[in-house]
Amino acid sequence: MTETEMRRAFIDALVGVAPDIDPGSLGAEDHIQRDLGLDSMDVLNLVAALHDQLGIDIPEADYPQIATLALAVPYLQAAGASRQG
Amino acid sequence: MGLFTMPSLGSDMEAGTLAEWLVKPGDRVSRGDVVAVVETQKGAIEIECFEDGVVDELRAEVGAEVPVGAPLALILAPGEDRPAERGPEPQHPKPPTAQPVSPLPPETPHGPAASPAARMRARDLGVDLAGLTGSGPGGAILLADVVPPAEVMPQPVPRADAQTEMRRAIAAAMTRAKREIPHFYLSATMDVQPARDWLSARNADRPPDERLLLGALFVRAVVLAARAVPVMNGHYRDEAFHPAPGVNVGVAVALRGGGLVAPALIGAERLDLPATMAGMRDLVMRARAGRLRGSEMSEGTITVSSLGETGAEAMAGVIFPPQVALVGIGAPQLRPWVVAGAIVPRHVVTVTVSADHRVSDGRQAARFLAAFEKQIATPEGL
Repeated sequence: MTETEMRRAFIDALVGVAPDIDPGSLGAEDHIQRDLGLDSMDVLNLVAALHDQLGIDIPEADYPQIATLALAVPYLQAAGASRQG
Repeated sequence: MGLFTMPSLGSDMEAGTLAEWLVKPGDRVSRGDVVAVVETQKGAIEIECFEDGVVDELRAEVGAEVPVGAPLALILAPGEDRPAERGPEPQHPKPPTAQPVSPLPPETPHGPAASPAARMRARDLGVDLAGLTGSGPGGAILLADVVPPAEVMPQPVPRADAQTEMRRAIAAAMTRAKREIPHFYLSATMDVQPARDWLSARNADRPPDERLLLGALFVRAVVLAARAVPVMNGHYRDEAFHPAPGVNVGVAVALRGGGLVAPALIGAERLDLPATMAGMRDLVMRARAGRLRGSEMSEGTITVSSLGETGAEAMAGVIFPPQVALVGIGAPQLRPWVVAGAIVPRHVVTVTVSADHRVSDGRQAARFLAAFEKQIATPEGL
């Protein structure tokens, strides 16, 4: 998956959990909990959506790795690549 | 048989707007079936019927604002005839108007066009339909057009946005709670490291859909503590406490964009930990989507309000009437803690129970907190 596709996939999953988030004004450094106001249930639902859509299982210890768009895209790309490899 | 009436979906709800009928005359319904959607200050709520039967007649129209307790539909038990009140009724006193009100049934209406519900209310109020102005199609008189003779039409209030409505609903319920309920508060700070460690180990080899949150352990511990101390679980009505046979634990859900709702997990005492977690996920999802059920809004017996994973360490909350207790759980804090004589870093939470002094006293609230702490210290038993 290219960086653009992964960015798209992450934003889709995020908006699925929090439909009021405007993808256009989402900043790369916006923290999903501190800035976007997701609670622990939302984060779990985001992780579950990424698991369903991308087949990538993010363990709890790695949740900080998807805390912003800037962190999540390379993390998910690496996780997706290792899964295929 | 029964007149199916607008339920109270919150302690200060006065009316709801019928948004959608999910049944029609002739449909067979069972207790618990969702039959209609009602728009309230707290969003759209699915309302259920409370008995088995067949829908005989819908008495409210979509779009009508229906007061709590006013009829929505007539549901007849299997094999039951329409009640006698539906026929001619010479035994009833005449309405105090010179003009006779159009007789039922409405299939052959006399006089002005009017909805069945409007006719019904006009008859109940003794109002002459001919003297009313209809706002429905072709000038038909709708339920909302029928007002008691002496009642002055209130000035139309500008329709506030949903946010403002929600704020008003919360204001009304919380003001009533603080006015009527003599709250008292007990707090205890407790070590949740065993619960966190147990949770991490349990979640490690499970896919996201099977993972648990600390919040589910808290809700489960509240349910078990409520079973152990029944005086914290139930309703205060008609100047008396009515303990609840089961535990319908309310879960306060903050809504994105502001406001909150506290729908109940019905029959939570029968749910194990994974089922409690699944029930909470479902409630949160439907709360956000505006698809909660009437029973979930009105049948809670105790409520949990949790501040989440980070943030403030304690909260003394306001009880949702007619409930008699609310459990406020602060965010876990890393603190120096004494464990077996040594000072060690531990994650602790401060649990505050708000209780109704008409029903319980400090000793019982302390027993509740002790029961909660015992449960959360042994998460494998939850």
